[in-house]
Amino acid sequence: MILVFAAVAVWIGAWAFNGWLANGRFSDLASVRLAVPLIFGATVIVVWELIVRGLQVPPVILPPPSTIVGAFFGNFGVLWPDFVQTFAKGALGGYVIGCGSALLTAILVDRYDFLRRGLLPVGNFMAALPIVGTAPILVMWFGFDWQSKAAVVVVMVFFPMLVNTVAGLRDTSAMQRDLMRTYGASYWQTLFKLRFPAALPFIFNGLKIATTLALIGAIVAEFFGSPTRGLGFRISTSVGTLALDMVWAVIVVAALTGTAFYGAVAWLERRMTFWHPSQRK
Amino acid sequence: MNQPVISASHLDLTFQTNDGPVHALRDVSLDIGKGEFVSFIGPSGCGKTTFLRCIAGLEEPTGGTLAVNGLTPDAARRSRAYGYVFQAAGLYPWRTIGGNIRLPLEIMGFSKEEQAERVKRTLELVDLAGFEKKFPWQLSGGMQQRASIARALAFDADILLMDEPFGALDEIVRDRLNEELLKLWDRTGKTIGFVTHSIPEAVYLSTKIVVMSPRPGRITDVIESTLPRERPLDIRDSAEFIAIAHRVRDGLRAGHIDA
Ligand SMILES: Nc1ncnc2c1ncn2[C@@H]1O[C@H](COP(=O)(O)OP(=O)(O)OP(=O)(O)O)[C@@H](O)[C@H]1O
Ligand SMILES: [Mg+2]
Repeated sequence: MILVFAAVAVWIGAWAFNGWLANGRFSDLASVRLAVPLIFGATVIVVWELIVRGLQVPPVILPPPSTIVGAFFGNFGVLWPDFVQTFAKGALGGYVIGCGSALLTAILVDRYDFLRRGLLPVGNFMAALPIVGTAPILVMWFGFDWQSKAAVVVVMVFFPMLVNTVAGLRDTSAMQRDLMRTYGASYWQTLFKLRFPAALPFIFNGLKIATTLALIGAIVAEFFGSPTRGLGFRISTSVGTLALDMVWAVIVVAALTGTAFYGAVAWLERRMTFWHPSQRK
Repeated sequence: MNQPVISASHLDLTFQTNDGPVHALRDVSLDIGKGEFVSFIGPSGCGKTTFLRCIAGLEEPTGGTLAVNGLTPDAARRSRAYGYVFQAAGLYPWRTIGGNIRLPLEIMGFSKEEQAERVKRTLELVDLAGFEKKFPWQLSGGMQQRASIARALAFDADILLMDEPFGALDEIVRDRLNEELLKLWDRTGKTIGFVTHSIPEAVYLSTKIVVMSPRPGRITDVIESTLPRERPLDIRDSAEFIAIAHRVRDGLRAGHIDA
């Protein structure tokens, strides 16, 4: 019971401290802006630890963070190949193929109107298919290894990427296009010097949405058959043996990976679309 | 007058809009000879921009004929006969000022050295030396407009079409750029079509002033200037200058009463 009271005390204390930081006179410092969410996260973890121990919650329901961290480092030798299998091969492979082919398709769709009317509904239909239905089929087609996971990812990321890119390629003003016409610019010159740069904010929007979808797709697809490694495989087998600390460790890996992936794309976006009003400082 | 570079006869243009047709140009006939400096002046909405866009092949007339260098406007556009300065600057935000001026040069396949040389020269011409590496949104509206003029001058087209290029500039800069433009015109023998709302500007620059009136847009007067080719700024105080300005003003007034 003492631990529970300690949890309440930590919570109130951290809340007050964060409130003071966020509203105080240092609130504009970059370090303070970074500290506030970190303190919040740390508080959640400490309170979680104290309550789970204080109320003696069974580890199957919710293990304390210290156990999860222990499982994470203790099983690093297992988790690393899992990570490589699921992220580096399945998710990233599918991401590159799916986003790349969506980009090329978008250029075609944009050029030929009949494709726009024909392909966009098909893409829409594909995006509406439930992943738990398509994944087993794709596993049948492409085998147990990462290729089938990449295929699931392609199906998931293709449509959002396509729609965003098509919208982006249309996002030029009449005047910007007229300017190209007065130069007698060719279709490809207009594409590369005007429409593609103008589309970049939209393209990055699609790329960011696709990061999350890719990771989800690659993990879930492993539930329908995979070699004896992979984050999804690890979750499903660990649940079977009630090794919940392992499940949580995998969740930590997936969360860190997803955040870093998204962050990397967002960083690239800031570098390449610095000129867009939404990115200007 | 020598052979016309731009020749419009009985030009008509009606825009089909959701609120019904808009008659933007009616029965516009005009010949512009090689090396002429022609100004278009008239109330807002009388079709000056529309006429310039027709010449540049950006708008399709619904009646009459229009020839540029003996070609259709569209063919002339493809042969890169024009530099066009739009009413708004319209610089690409992802390119620096230098990069924007380089854009037409890249498209037309100038060599790298030639590009750098021309960017430098035209930036100096519009008084923007030192701003080459800035981005458009970091410049004032007037500076952006000057950069867009530099962009149109960079590739030396024989025909220069300018839609209120100096509208956003203060008097002093405007005077200076008027002088520079006259010098450039004198030196290069370009044919220039120039839209303005300022009577003194039109009279100071032009060999021919075209007065237009609205609804539907048509030409009400064409004034051949009697001023000499050599024009110092103080020519604007001469009696001859004032007489021409009066005639332009009368033409504009008459157009208003008709409409
Ligand atoms: N794309 C278009 N669609 C429909 N109507 C148009 C279009 N462009 C111009 N118009 C109409 O044609 C007429 C002439 O327009 P234009 O832009 O040529 O005028 P302007 O003389 O350049 O005016 P300003 O001095 O204000 O620039 C206006 O009534 C305008 O509403
Ligand atoms: Mg206009």
